[in-house]
Amino acid sequence: MPVTIEIPTAFRRFTGGAPNVDCSAATIADALNELTSRYPDLSRHVRDDHGQIRQFLNVYLNEEDIRFLGGESCSLKEGDRVLLVPSIAGGCQPFPSPEHARRGEHRNISCSAVFLQV
Amino acid sequence: MSTNALYELRCRECGKTWGNVPRSFCEDCFSPLEVAYDYDSLKKIARRENLARRDFNMWRYSELLPLPEGFIGPNAVGGTPLVASSKLASRWGLKNLYFKNDAVCFPSLSFKDRVVATALSAARRFNFTTVGCSSTGNLANAVAAQAAQQGFNACVFIPVDLEPAKVLNTAVYGARIVRINGNYDHVNRLCAQIAERFQWGLVNVNLRPYYSEGSKTHGYEIAEQLGWTLPDNVVVPMAGGSLITKIAKAFRELAILGWVEPKAVKFFGAQATGCSPISDGVKRNLARFEPQKPNTIARSLAIGNPADGPFAMKQIRDSGGWAEDVSDPEIVAAIKLLAETEGIFTETAGGVTAGVTQKLIAQGRIQPDETTVVCITGNGLKTTDAIAAEFPDTEVIVPRLDAFEAYLDAQLGAPAASAKA
Repeated sequence: MPVTIEIPTAFRRFTGGAPNVDCSAATIADALNELTSRYPDLSRHVRDDHGQIRQFLNVYLNEEDIRFLGGESCSLKEGDRVLLVPSIAGGCQPFPSPEHARRGEHRNISCSAVFLQV
Repeated sequence: MSTNALYELRCRECGKTWGNVPRSFCEDCFSPLEVAYDYDSLKKIARRENLARRDFNMWRYSELLPLPEGFIGPNAVGGTPLVASSKLASRWGLKNLYFKNDAVCFPSLSFKDRVVATALSAARRFNFTTVGCSSTGNLANAVAAQAAQQGFNACVFIPVDLEPAKVLNTAVYGARIVRINGNYDHVNRLCAQIAERFQWGLVNVNLRPYYSEGSKTHGYEIAEQLGWTLPDNVVVPMAGGSLITKIAKAFRELAILGWVEPKAVKFFGAQATGCSPISDGVKRNLARFEPQKPNTIARSLAIGNPADGPFAMKQIRDSGGWAEDVSDPEIVAAIKLLAETEGIFTETAGGVTAGVTQKLIAQGRIQPDETTVVCITGNGLKTTDAIAAEFPDTEVIVPRLDAFEAYLDAQLGAPAASAKA
């Protein structure tokens, strides 16, 4: 099935900067395998030495943690989105990094646009 | 270790160091980062005797926290009572039982004030003007209060079903509240993505290593209030699982610095049965905890996929402690018990901790002669809905003495009549 894997910022240096990777896969396991065969440097960040998904990497199918869906074997349907999120992830550079600035990704919204002024 | 600071971020798995940056995980192995200290240098500048001149709040331990040079604590966070129990200790058959009462922590009445205090010092240092968090309520209260005082914009993200009092206690400070149609784990996932996209200091996401260090002060205070000794047992509520590991770190550090005698302390973790991934993992001896969908009145502990769960499990196991959980009715009963015996009104999380303590004693895991500290982390005024049904409205009487006497007779029967003057 054609599905999209969303790549967290921290992983994008392994995907040539791509924020999404489209692939065709029947299960989560297939999707991850296709991802890591296409980007081998990503392998050790996705799976540990025992071949399990790393402890601090959470994988979601659309809105749901795959651990509630039977794990890696859960099947995919066309248009599904697979989300990889490092546990307690997040972490941006102290200032917009050159990479972010170039892609215009980092949003330095902090005041009146979003906030009530108090 | 950099030359201008005695601390920096280090990966908990691979050990790589990262200096001081707003980041919570290692870019090499994607494991969590924590603050590591140069203890040899710290020993030379951090002296226990210097504390005598300082106010009793968390900033008295400034050298042991990841604060910028010249930092002056902007508020009197921490410094909460360690209550020596008599009634409950007697009822439970313990000789040395204490409650560390962060239900009265300044300014927002939970231990989260401590973590926000160190997180905002980092937010200032990294030039964030906006701070925020994913929260089950208490953290949002603490972020909103301290952001207001210190001039940050605040934007907090909460699950849709939080207790009204916790939402109000955030809104009053002028913080923007974003309610998410999901549970805490959904909120947390969203915040991880927000931290990548926005230049904001999310205290428990990209500032997490600095944030969690604030929890250590709960442990430092326990040791100091016990006369610079360590207890035999600590019972700690677990949501994300960070606090229990940080109290352990605090005790280790005090021993390294020579401020206390080293001692093997047993760490006991407390959860609600309706959200107990860590206690379940400990009790079933799992290598990895299994995430859960929370269903409990203890919403401040309702984290089904706890970020520090693996470390909490390890801390509990390595210390020879244990983890337990209690049902919602047991939580309510424990809240009432703590209030009626010790005069401490705690929120549902405190009911969890007190209830679990009772269970651990019954199991023989906590012994009568040992010194046991139970960590109460939040205030009962925030979760009154959880116990309101226990206290229905009482009868109303007219303001006349005969009416009161009739009321007493009806309430108490014959003994009341004989008690009249």
